[in-house]
Amino acid sequence: MIEQRVFENSESRPDSHGYYGRFGGVFAPETLMPAINELTAAYQVAKHDPEFQAELEHLRKTYIGRPTGLYEAKRFAEAAGGGNGPRIFLKREDMAHTGAHKINNAIGQALLAKRMGKTRIIAETGAGQHGVATATACALLGLDCIVYMGEVDIHRQSLNVFRMRLLGAEVRPVTSGSKTLKDAINEAIRDWVTNVDETFYIFGTVAGMHPYPMIVRDFQSVIGKEARQQFEEQVGGLPTMVVACVGGGSNAMGLFYEFIPFTDVEIVGVEAGGHGLDGHAHAATLVKGEQGVLHGSWSYVLQDDDGQIIETHSISAGLDYPGVGPELSWMKDSGRATFAAITDEEALEGFQLLCRTEGIIPALESSHALAWAAKHTKHLGPDATVIVNLSGRGDKDMHTVAEAFGVEL
Amino acid sequence: MSRIPETFQRCAAENRTALMPYLTVGYPDLATSEQILLAMVEAGADLIEVGTPFSDPLADGSTVQRTSQVSLEHGTRLRDCVALVERVRAAGVTIPLMLMGYYNPIVKYGVEQYVTDCAAVGVDGFIVPDLPIEESHRLHTAAQEHDLDLIFMVAPTTNDERLDQVSNLGTGFVYCVAVTGVTGARGTMSATLAPYMQRVREHTDQPLAVGFGISSPEAVNQVGTMADGAIVGSALIDYMDEHPDHMPAAAARFVRYLRGEAAI
Repeated sequence: MIEQRVFENSESRPDSHGYYGRFGGVFAPETLMPAINELTAAYQVAKHDPEFQAELEHLRKTYIGRPTGLYEAKRFAEAAGGGNGPRIFLKREDMAHTGAHKINNAIGQALLAKRMGKTRIIAETGAGQHGVATATACALLGLDCIVYMGEVDIHRQSLNVFRMRLLGAEVRPVTSGSKTLKDAINEAIRDWVTNVDETFYIFGTVAGMHPYPMIVRDFQSVIGKEARQQFEEQVGGLPTMVVACVGGGSNAMGLFYEFIPFTDVEIVGVEAGGHGLDGHAHAATLVKGEQGVLHGSWSYVLQDDDGQIIETHSISAGLDYPGVGPELSWMKDSGRATFAAITDEEALEGFQLLCRTEGIIPALESSHALAWAAKHTKHLGPDATVIVNLSGRGDKDMHTVAEAFGVEL
Repeated sequence: MSRIPETFQRCAAENRTALMPYLTVGYPDLATSEQILLAMVEAGADLIEVGTPFSDPLADGSTVQRTSQVSLEHGTRLRDCVALVERVRAAGVTIPLMLMGYYNPIVKYGVEQYVTDCAAVGVDGFIVPDLPIEESHRLHTAAQEHDLDLIFMVAPTTNDERLDQVSNLGTGFVYCVAVTGVTGARGTMSATLAPYMQRVREHTDQPLAVGFGISSPEAVNQVGTMADGAIVGSALIDYMDEHPDHMPAAAARFVRYLRGEAAI
């Protein structure tokens, strides 16, 4: 039995060097170090400033549309468990403004940027949801916005590219490497190195260099706080299990963080199994990766035996990333969470099941968590309760899904 | 004193700026990159930055991104880079050779094993662009054990407190990043370079070498008025690329050009 106190949430995780146990840190070019330290300091002040928190809370309520619902998906649970499985609840981040949880973090960081007097915003995006959320926050607060996006992702998420441009953002295609999220992050970091004085980098996930894993987790932790309270009101007590998909890990940390101290609550992260875990055509970093350094933090990484980062595959652009947040790596190694993978095919099954049983079209990212919950929770029995983070809606994925089903739109 | 500061001292005594060209191991292929290194030594390079390729070089501009990618497509491994140093030492190269590359391949190789192997073949030091002083303990300890230099970068954004820390921790020389930006050839040196270099000089007695953006003998001379060495990477590669069939000869000519001994 692991000691309870290890899992208390406190200001000491991360520690003052940005470490979660042995994971995290700041592996960044020297040019950025002063800016990173400045960001850490500014965030600590903002975090404890009632005025900043009030402004954020106001926008959460009136602009993002929080709290998002906690909805019991009875027909989905029935179809998955055949009447003997657990009750399944969905945390409806798909109902947040712009259609995914990404807005929680983008608004928070944009407010921080404004407070720090930075007027030029850069961001990376994979599926386009963080790009759209950042473009939205910049339009709202009157900030210039440049979004780096891999060419492959631009192709498979063309709708989100158009949305970003409508919102006034400049979308810069990234043609290096695998032309997906990791390369977009490389390019955004290069931009930041070059324009560090006037630029704020709104990073979209809980990976990367300190303080980003902490900042993004804090802004996303509203998901778990609401879910716990809503569950208490609707059912009473705590859920048996919480489940979320994991790419970089922001929606997962958002849901999980609140539940970490409650060790009776089982925590499961679901990664992208792509075409299966045998080859390299997946993005299951925690399930199959090894420790290493990518994008500024020590964490699990998908790499070859020479330490080169591997190109990943997932049907879902938002999970197609060879790294993962250091706090999730810590949760894996400490045993506080378990991690599994769901293949493209299984994700599409989960996707369809939710569409047909609940009238909700989920994002392909979230479909991984849904598919895992549908397939692997029956043993918990009908008295158990599972909260699945429905991190985003699937409108953006229509082209990808149609293609997978051989339908021409 | 190690071979690196000795080299800077000798150049200073000869009243010239130490010239430190960069190459990516495995570009355009492993064998040719070895010839490029030998040709640069022959042409009068004082020290050489031996670049080890990484899939995600986030402090590098388009030139080094491309050479790294080509090198990796040929299957270049970190141990090939170590072996290349071993071969050129056997061929009689005595100038300081620093391995420059990102941290993850080093971690994967095994930090202590890497340093041990590098020491055995005659590497002089390490430059790791994504390893700031805060995270350098492990590599620093290993390098010290083998009397190898760990060279840190400073940038125009580096404040006085950090300059002191770099000066205390690093050995060999201080790598002064000339611009706020990534690697890549640039036409002219920034006007703010002089006061920045002045500030660095006030914080350290170690040799100072300037890199990022140097592309001409004029720039080398200008850097020489405020530092001990000039590092040239992307401009050299760009020039070699114009002579794809004679890259070692082109590299040699560009080194002589930078030394003011040849035209291009």
